[in-house]
Amino acid sequence: MNEIIPLIKCRQLTLGYGSKDLVRDLDYDVNVGDYLCIIGRNGSGKTTFLRGIAGLLKPKSGDIELCEGLKRSEIGYLPQMTLVQRDFPASVEEIVLSAFQGKFRLLPFYGRAQRERAMECMALTRTESLRKSCFRELSGGQKQRVLLARALCAADRLLLLDEPVTGLDPESTETMYRVINDLHKKGMTIVMVTHDVDSALDDATRVMNFDQISVKGR
Amino acid sequence: MYGMPIDTLLFYLDFPFVRYAIVVGVLVSLCSSLLGVTLVLKRYSYIGDGLSHVAFGALAIAAVLKVTNNMLIILPATIAVAVLLLCTGKNARIKGDAAVAMVSVGALAIGYLLMNIFSTSANISGDVCTTLFGSTSILTLKLEEVILCIALSCVVLFCFVLFYNKIFSITFDENFARATGVNTALFNLLIAVIVATIIVLAMNLVGALLVSALVVFPALSAMRVFKSFFSVTVAAATISVICSLIGIVVAILAGTPVGSTIVAADIVAFGLFYLIGIARNGSN
Repeated sequence: MNEIIPLIKCRQLTLGYGSKDLVRDLDYDVNVGDYLCIIGRNGSGKTTFLRGIAGLLKPKSGDIELCEGLKRSEIGYLPQMTLVQRDFPASVEEIVLSAFQGKFRLLPFYGRAQRERAMECMALTRTESLRKSCFRELSGGQKQRVLLARALCAADRLLLLDEPVTGLDPESTETMYRVINDLHKKGMTIVMVTHDVDSALDDATRVMNFDQISVKGR
Repeated sequence: MYGMPIDTLLFYLDFPFVRYAIVVGVLVSLCSSLLGVTLVLKRYSYIGDGLSHVAFGALAIAAVLKVTNNMLIILPATIAVAVLLLCTGKNARIKGDAAVAMVSVGALAIGYLLMNIFSTSANISGDVCTTLFGSTSILTLKLEEVILCIALSCVVLFCFVLFYNKIFSITFDENFARATGVNTALFNLLIAVIVATIIVLAMNLVGALLVSALVVFPALSAMRVFKSFFSVTVAAATISVICSLIGIVVAILAGTPVGSTIVAADIVAFGLFYLIGIARNGSN
């Protein structure tokens, strides 16, 4: 990295649920072009921090600033799968296309450009053959790749990943990492929460360890 | 003249109130089934029940206050509760199903209480029964009510088509939608308002106690067999409209209560689709 330009600035950031603080007084910048891996044991606040960046959790104090004119609609997000989604009647294509809802606020239906972009993202995650399949009938790994395809469609500048390889077989895991790494090389900023420390560290340009942060913060 | 059922039906179709019932029945079942898919998937199946009881309570209040156009009280009250239930979401002190249950029985009890204390009619239990089961109310619709129903249904349908993709994205993954820039609060509000409107309309058709059936059954039937959100939505709408038509016709011919006959038709359809679903998955 030649020049360090912050994309997200966290200042005096405190995040948590109820009376419990999981992140306290954190100062941290995610920079343009980072491949940031967030590691730490369960309950250390990794996912909470990611949800904060994603705008899903309001800071209790301090703030998270999107810099360089970054808009929410330029962020791709791969959340952990929810219970509702497991038996949801929807085709893969419908799910991937839903990524564009944030970008085109007034667009009631999808056009050719969006369909083509969706196809590209499905090709990248090897899900184009599943295009017409029903989401609830896919395997865990296939579901995860579909959600990655959706995240890619939404991501123009920043990609947030919450444990993207959980429950994947080794082959799918490798594909997942290769896709993410390729994107990073093309200039995408990546923030990934993961348990898979060894492989994560191969590609990452920065690592944030929540075990140490929480020790320091408390 | 009464020889064949079809003759009887044609005879009845000459009456405006029968035609009104059919128009309102089709529109209400169409609207409720469309939103039903979203509600079932969001785990809010019981919201229809809760809101219809609120509408019942509001109706009682309107009766006590002797408001001539009771829609002026029922619709805003139901919308307010719908917004409260659907939009507070995860931050509420009392969560989803408990809140719905509380509001539901609470409104029912207070409504019945008010009707008893401030009764203006000689036949309270008859009135209450009509409101709860809609036994005849759909056959006593006035032209203004039909026009209001058509207008509100058109607004609901227009919103649904226009925001179909937004509704899908929020239903499937609200967090993703919010993180990528969709104004989820606004659309949840819109969904709540639409749901409340439909419930109030549907009360005329099947009564306060049976509204949930219109919301839940077509969606569940369609989900047994169809595999994309679009096909489920279209199928639910189709099933719902057909069942309502069958229900109204049977009710007229056999002299049964309209609301419960429609619901019975929906149950039969669900059984049918359940079997088709099993047959399909078995052959795969």
